[in-house]
Amino acid sequence: MYPAHEPGKRTDSLNMPHHWAMVVDVDRCTGCEACVVACHAENNIPTVGDDQAARGRAMHWIRVERYWEGEFPDAKLRFQPVMCQQCESAPCEPVCPTYASYHTADGLNAQVYNRCIGTRFCANACPYNVRFFNFFNPVWAKPLHLQLNPDVSVRSVGIMEKCTFCVQRIHAGEETAKAEKRELKDGEIKPACVQSCSPMALVFGDLDDPNSEVSRLSKSGRSVKLLGDLGTQPNASYLQKT
Amino acid sequence: MKKSEEQVQKDLLRPLFESSAGYWFAVAAAASLVLAGVFALLYGFYSGIGVWGLNSPVFWAFDITNFVFWIGISHAGTLISAILRLANATWRRPVTRCAEAITVFALSIGAIIPVFHIGRPWLAFWMFPYPSERGIWPNLRSPLAWDFFAINTYLIGSISFLFLPMIPDFALIRDRATGWRQKVYGTLSLGWQGTPRQWHRLETAMHIMAIAIIPVAVSVHTIVSWDFAMTPVPMWRSTIFGPYFVCGAIFSGIAALILAMALLRKFLRLEEYLQPLHFSNLGKLLLTFSLLWFYFTFAERLTTWYGNGESEMTVFWSTVRGQFAPLFWAMVTFNFLIPVPILAIKRLRTITGTVIASIFIVVGMWLERFLIIVPSLSRKYLPYAWGSYRPTWVEMTLMASGFGLMALLYLVFSKVVPMIAIWELKVGMQEPHHAGASEAVAAHAAPGKPAIGDLSS
Repeated sequence: MYPAHEPGKRTDSLNMPHHWAMVVDVDRCTGCEACVVACHAENNIPTVGDDQAARGRAMHWIRVERYWEGEFPDAKLRFQPVMCQQCESAPCEPVCPTYASYHTADGLNAQVYNRCIGTRFCANACPYNVRFFNFFNPVWAKPLHLQLNPDVSVRSVGIMEKCTFCVQRIHAGEETAKAEKRELKDGEIKPACVQSCSPMALVFGDLDDPNSEVSRLSKSGRSVKLLGDLGTQPNASYLQKT
Repeated sequence: MKKSEEQVQKDLLRPLFESSAGYWFAVAAAASLVLAGVFALLYGFYSGIGVWGLNSPVFWAFDITNFVFWIGISHAGTLISAILRLANATWRRPVTRCAEAITVFALSIGAIIPVFHIGRPWLAFWMFPYPSERGIWPNLRSPLAWDFFAINTYLIGSISFLFLPMIPDFALIRDRATGWRQKVYGTLSLGWQGTPRQWHRLETAMHIMAIAIIPVAVSVHTIVSWDFAMTPVPMWRSTIFGPYFVCGAIFSGIAALILAMALLRKFLRLEEYLQPLHFSNLGKLLLTFSLLWFYFTFAERLTTWYGNGESEMTVFWSTVRGQFAPLFWAMVTFNFLIPVPILAIKRLRTITGTVIASIFIVVGMWLERFLIIVPSLSRKYLPYAWGSYRPTWVEMTLMASGFGLMALLYLVFSKVVPMIAIWELKVGMQEPHHAGASEAVAAHAAPGKPAIGDLSS
């Protein structure tokens, strides 16, 4: 019931070949969390309140993990932004009984909200803990309900959600390029987190374009995959001194 | 003490026609637990399952613990009954029906839980493979889809396996009952007349079912274990899980069977049918599985320890000497240290002894499932995203109502069906060479049609 999928050949819904990926330079990250705020605003992510957050139900599609290295006074603080790694071999995908979690041809882990029945199996299978469950129906205190992004659906109780690499921006960029009968330019599409990152620690782009900045950076000697030995083949890479 | 077939029939049919005040009290108690559970479910339905203690990253806890627990309990009945039938162990006769009933009821309770544990229970029917407007089938790569098919297969198989040997007993009641009972049992007995042809068919059908149900039972709990083992979660990603879960399931199932038999014996006054020998024999089986369970647990832990993977060891230590250590060592004590001496020493392997061991094992095996699920989820790789879990009153209520539902189903069942297969006992009585456990009721060789007595007398 699906169109045949040829491995290796990636095309998006407009039949354009792309392979979306992100590079996170942890040596540049200042831990300012602007990406977290931007992501909340762009993707209509509810804030659950302090009580629910204390119960471990906070939803941040991107989070900035903090780790201390060494002992005082030589302690060093490191920041590690973590979002969905858009794995090529994603543990969350095969476990979903309703195909709510599936792989798009252009390398994204899509989450189809309408298909999700809320087994939460995907969130358990995800080694990065980047899937978030709507334990209750989301509420936005007035006047925040007026700032919802009309391009992104609001998720209801009982379903799973996660980082989409701002798929609405990807589609908008592709459609604009197609209407203007031209190729997409590198850096033309920027997810909210990338756009708001002032130290430019986050870079987004097309791995199928050998000249794009993500292609160049992900081949860097500083490039590693988060939990790469699990075999998940993430499309996100991390740059750090090794 | 020898009983005639007529007396046996009277003893075993008595609970169907007489109910004591104690019975109604037990029904009321069980039903109120079930009602409390229904209320808790509706509350979660209305508010969202946030009223449970689940969180990120512990997305499964009491819900799936109870699911695995009940599916595990269901493994005693049909499996043991099938094996004992195929092995022609004559002492099985008074045991099989209450064992098979446990399977059907525990499996039903287990099968309900996933429906209500999901975020949008009203869409649970999407698990069914039917051509729909959505244009997709269930994802057959998902262990949850395997679960759905395995559990339903087992449920249908167990119901048939329970129902088949009830047919001659239904016919017996039909011939003795009047009014609505005659109609209902007449329908249930499917026109049973006791002709040799019918007996032959029944024997054949039961033989086929007994053989077919064994691989099904093994596959069900293997697939339940694969809900965990197919994910890259530390201490879940394990090749031992299939057999480990099957062993644990049968282990907890036998314990539940012993408890159910002890209760039936006391409340239905079946002392002469469910004898110390039955408890002792099941106790030996329980001992075997206690040793097997310990072997699996030891093998799992030792290989993890030697493998020394960082994420695995984090979970390992959190159970062995960290946050979950009290539960872990309670589990080892309840499943192994306490039951083994009780069950190994003949003098202690009495009815009381096996019942005490079984209570510990049921609790210990519940803990085992909890300890498989929660510590792994709360210590999954990136330390920043670690978490912990505490159940809420809603989950506690739901858990208690599971036991209430089991008790209620069993109580109702004991009013509708004789808890010991009457015709099987009679067959035993006609085979003095196979006296076995039914010594007290055996050696009454009275071939031909069973005497028809008036039940109300």
